[in-house]
Amino acid sequence: MKPESNLEKILTSGHFAVTGELGPPRSAYVDEIKHHADAMRKHVDSYNITDNQTAIVRTSSIGVAASLLQMGLEPNVQMTVRDRNRICLQSDLLGAVSFGVRNFLCLQGDHANFGNEPQSKNVNDLDSMQLIQALKNLRDEGVFISGEKLEHPLPRIFIGAVANPFADPFEYRHLRLAKKIEAGAQFIQTQCIFDMDRFEKWMEKVRELGLHKKTYIMGGVTPIKSIGAARYMQKNVAGMIVPEALIERIKGAKDRQKEGIKIAIETIQRLKEIEGIAGVHVMAIAWEEVVPEIVEGAGLYPRPKVD
Amino acid sequence: MKNLIIAERKPLAEIAEMLKPFQKICILGCGTCVTVCLAGGEKEAAETAAALSLLRQKEGQKTEISTFTLLRQCEYEYIDDFIAKNEFDYDVILSLACGVGVQTMTTRMPDKIILPGLNTKSMGYPVEQGVWTENCLGCGDCVLDLTLGICPIARCSKSMLNGPCGGSQDGKCEVSKDIDCAWHLIYERLSKMGMVDRMNKIQPPKNWSTSHHGGPRTIIREDVRLETGE
Repeated sequence: MKPESNLEKILTSGHFAVTGELGPPRSAYVDEIKHHADAMRKHVDSYNITDNQTAIVRTSSIGVAASLLQMGLEPNVQMTVRDRNRICLQSDLLGAVSFGVRNFLCLQGDHANFGNEPQSKNVNDLDSMQLIQALKNLRDEGVFISGEKLEHPLPRIFIGAVANPFADPFEYRHLRLAKKIEAGAQFIQTQCIFDMDRFEKWMEKVRELGLHKKTYIMGGVTPIKSIGAARYMQKNVAGMIVPEALIERIKGAKDRQKEGIKIAIETIQRLKEIEGIAGVHVMAIAWEEVVPEIVEGAGLYPRPKVD
Repeated sequence: MKNLIIAERKPLAEIAEMLKPFQKICILGCGTCVTVCLAGGEKEAAETAAALSLLRQKEGQKTEISTFTLLRQCEYEYIDDFIAKNEFDYDVILSLACGVGVQTMTTRMPDKIILPGLNTKSMGYPVEQGVWTENCLGCGDCVLDLTLGICPIARCSKSMLNGPCGGSQDGKCEVSKDIDCAWHLIYERLSKMGMVDRMNKIQPPKNWSTSHHGGPRTIIREDVRLETGE
């Protein structure tokens, strides 16, 4: 079977891929998110759509994916295991595939404690590893988790997972990646990279195991919009490292936002030089309008066309 | 020290509210788990009675409170003994047992009103004086062999089976710095024992049907059952 996903085509043909990210609204009003998507349509190969990120109720990832497909854009549907059991996850996957979604990113999901429904049940019927494997088995073996067969084969989907080199225990993080690849992860998007030294150390371990040859690793890049945003990520987001030196650099800049964009571009340029990095995932939530500037500044424009 | 079921007494205001319609009240302590975790033993029954009396007096409510404590409210033997030795003219029994005790009492005394005085929290143990922690969810399919004695179902906030999520930092869980990351502990333990490769094997989806998700569970052991004819 030939790849159907544009992202898969870009990566498998050896191009350096660029993905963007969209955070659905806390309402059913999707005009704004569609506008953001449209504004970067020439600059990204595919759009991640977050799944109730930070456990806050939003329009579903699959719902926004439908809008993107109508606009001729390619969604990458994020699926966490926090809110849905295996019945619902498999069913939602089939539903999304039925109207054209081909990229799926499997995640565990932030604990519901963080969000706006902290009294809800955390489902966690599967863990993220098991979701990756379930998707692979649906596609490759044509079987549900139960072992029962699908009535009709699944089209070719592209299965992604996340990796966080900034979480602990550090010595286990590359082994966890290896496990995700074994489970079926074809592409990986990492947590936002601010601590490049630690990222490179992790990549060394990744290369030692040859993992970069078994999956496409995309480095996570987030432009820092303000000192406040940087401090928030530094102090309140679990599994993130924002070095003090980076904050000092932005503080000392004449135009802080420009500096934030400049740092993001530098990060991408460094990532391009690292052996085993196949692309970047630009997460500019609530600052979507700077994505074109970053992509162009990093020399990744125009985007390649692959048939 | 030994413990099994960990509970906490409900706030006095909540207890007072649920007991409002009643005048003759029996506060019944339980002498095992909840005594060890200082939630519902003899001492707590007396304290609850004193505090409740005072509150109801202030509010001008007629009140007669007695207190008793059974060794275990979850066994018919002790409940029957209690029934035999007491004149039952209470309007209500406030049970300071765990949820199991309250229900066993209800089953044995179906014509009485028995209300819960505790919130039953978990199965666990006292880590140190004044600290109790949950470490078993009773999932019905123990995985402690995989992790050499640290339960990821009870102690990982997301009950993950395949290693730590991306929110684990400095050995702590993303939910709270007061919670150790279970998978960090497991990683350290397996490393120390030279068995960390256990974490590299993909664990398949868990069979939750052995847990409460499969419906309320009953174990029947025919080999030890007594024949009980009519």
